[in-house]
Amino acid sequence: MRKMKTRYSLVVNCWILTSALALASIALALDGQVGIHDPSTIVMCDGKFYTWGTGGNGLVSDDGWTWRRGTNLPRTGLAPDVIHIGDRYYVYVAANSGVTKAAINLISTKSLDPNSPDYKWEEGGVVASSDGVEDSNAIDPGVFLDPNDHRLWLVYGSYFGYIRLVELDPKTGKRLHPGDEPRNLAINCEASDLIFHDGWYYLLATHGSCCRGADSGYNIRMGRSRKVTGPYIDQTGVDMILGGGKLLVGSGSRMIGPGHFGLLDLGDGVQTFSMHFEADLDRGGASVLDIRPLLWKDGWPLAGENLKEGAYEIESARTGTALELAVEGMPVGGRAGRGGGGRGAFGGSGAGRGAFGASGGARGAGPGAGGGGRGMFAGTGTPIPPQDVAQVSANWPAGKIDVRMANYLSQAQQKWTISAAPNAGGYPGAPYFKITIAGTDRALAVGDDAELVALPAFTGGPEQLWRIEQLTDGTWRIMPKSVPNSKDALAISAIGSSFATLSKFDPASDKHRWVLRMQ
Amino acid sequence: MNTSMKAHGPRRASPDNSGTHAKPRCAATSCACSSEVNFKTSLLPLVVVAGAALLAVVAVAQVPPVTLINSPAAAKAPDADGFIRGWFLLEPIPALGLTDNAVQSIVKKEYFPEQFTVIPKDGNKVTVGGTELTWHSVETKNYNVNLFHFARALGKETSNVLFWAVTIVNCPQEMRDVRLAIGSNAASVWWVNDEEVIGIYGDRQTVIDDGVSKRLTLNKGPNVIRGAIVNGGGATDFCVRFLGADDKPLKGFTAGPGEIRR
Repeated sequence: MRKMKTRYSLVVNCWILTSALALASIALALDGQVGIHDPSTIVMCDGKFYTWGTGGNGLVSDDGWTWRRGTNLPRTGLAPDVIHIGDRYYVYVAANSGVTKAAINLISTKSLDPNSPDYKWEEGGVVASSDGVEDSNAIDPGVFLDPNDHRLWLVYGSYFGYIRLVELDPKTGKRLHPGDEPRNLAINCEASDLIFHDGWYYLLATHGSCCRGADSGYNIRMGRSRKVTGPYIDQTGVDMILGGGKLLVGSGSRMIGPGHFGLLDLGDGVQTFSMHFEADLDRGGASVLDIRPLLWKDGWPLAGENLKEGAYEIESARTGTALELAVEGMPVGGRAGRGGGGRGAFGGSGAGRGAFGASGGARGAGPGAGGGGRGMFAGTGTPIPPQDVAQVSANWPAGKIDVRMANYLSQAQQKWTISAAPNAGGYPGAPYFKITIAGTDRALAVGDDAELVALPAFTGGPEQLWRIEQLTDGTWRIMPKSVPNSKDALAISAIGSSFATLSKFDPASDKHRWVLRMQ
Repeated sequence: MNTSMKAHGPRRASPDNSGTHAKPRCAATSCACSSEVNFKTSLLPLVVVAGAALLAVVAVAQVPPVTLINSPAAAKAPDADGFIRGWFLLEPIPALGLTDNAVQSIVKKEYFPEQFTVIPKDGNKVTVGGTELTWHSVETKNYNVNLFHFARALGKETSNVLFWAVTIVNCPQEMRDVRLAIGSNAASVWWVNDEEVIGIYGDRQTVIDDGVSKRLTLNKGPNVIRGAIVNGGGATDFCVRFLGADDKPLKGFTAGPGEIRR
């Protein structure tokens, strides 16, 4: 089996140097053969994911996580784009025949699967071009079907001149009004694409330089407009035709030079986007495909992050309470009550009722006001170490344990390690995860009654594998790979403040939204 | 029917519960609130020990249970939000402890015969630790059942106590995949038809749908809902409703203190 690829942040590397026991924050990159440059928008056909890059080389995936080489396009060229309308896939491929002399050709097919009888490519002719003189370079097509009126549009262009817009025929994929002059939308960019969200059209385009490996300055920027025809203005008020553009995603960590945005809408309000990075430093600086969550804030898209491995509090966005084993918790540092004794009520003085009594009942007296002891709020005077799960878990039942929710108190039964499940496949952008109590193998799972349960150990069953996706507001949806005795796709739901269950995902509800706080 | 809580007429609440002369009055001839639960008018002093240097003597005055009324043995539909308002409540039993294990130990201890199966009647009495306690049939005016009001009106202790609550849910047909949803101040454990279905622990306030059971089935006809609420100090109350398979408040049944008729 392929070894799952992991990525360590610099911060975590430093941390690991200082503590071998520290939980790592590990980003995960797509698995398999992901080498590509200028990928087209990812589309699905018969359950498989497809994309093609410059040169026509294709990638295909069964789950959106592990990729392999696919069949090349019959027409090779620069930076193709693809869209599925009706029963056909329309692919637009550009080719230069001079420095700025170029043409974008249409090819189409009913299936993208070479084994399908419907896998028959048809040529559709040129839909846009540049003559080598005009101020545009007709490459890098991006095709967009307006969800409001179902009009089909094509943006194209690169650094030689304008990013341009022409209208296509959604019935044929061909140019609708060949005689109309293209509309100029932007300059100083390439790899443009359009999306629509909540009353706004967004033009996403790649700024910076490509094709220089780790020295590539590629970054994806955007403007928005109330009309598909523009003008597209960035958040500072600068028109993209004057070079404006709000940053969506730039280089980060070990990934350099993102470009060629493509929306991959997974439905139910879950959106992701594809791109390539000019250089993946962990893959020797190769240009690779990546998929990230697409978030929205204040009317603008944000690039989310795929989940990093580590220990988390799993907190309901609805209730503010956190998933935990249904066991009696032990306060970190030991139990202390207002009644004093033991470590002392608040200050460790052990003087009767602690500072309350010693100070004559002045609850608000503040730290050190307790008189003879350390004071009611003074603590122990030394750092309190994290709870030792090995010690605490000795009191837990050996078998299955129910899962509930409670206020988070940094206790052992509330900390969950989320890590990629080896050889378990994945979904667009991420592998399936296992979720275990930190420091143990006790695994979150779905029981036969379709309720949450913690098993004594992770055994790899599909009811123990979790799909964790960032939603457009930055919270997370957590879904088991499968539910025993059910074909329904369910997500963890905070049905009460102290109880979570599984139910059909409702994008309009906060029941299924979780905040993952790394511990 | 036992008359320890029978109506004797209207009362006027004492201004507060801190005085030692907060004796409510009765005017039997002008009863305008005969449905309200009546409480003995005697005062039961309660000594509360404060800090090492501070002792305070507080009398538990009997204050009308403004949120509770006498409930005849009749089942009613849940309120608009699905809350069950009619209950049998047993006068409080001393109990100390709010952690998971402590509460489980408290509620599993047998205090009186048939504790986990009895369907009481208004006025039934049990003896716990030599003290005679009475079951009361009550209906709350609000979504929640205020046990502080209940106990205080009886001159009973409200802190470090255990309350037992029972109600009968009558379903016109079997109801599957429903959930018991409770909130309580403080900890509580709940049974449906003798099966423990949910427990919430610790010193907590009542939150609607705080504890929610796993999916369960309500039988056609009567179903017994039983709760044990353990309070530490201060206010104490609970709220109960069922949620349907769609997570919305369940309707289409009646509930309240009453007899099981099959």
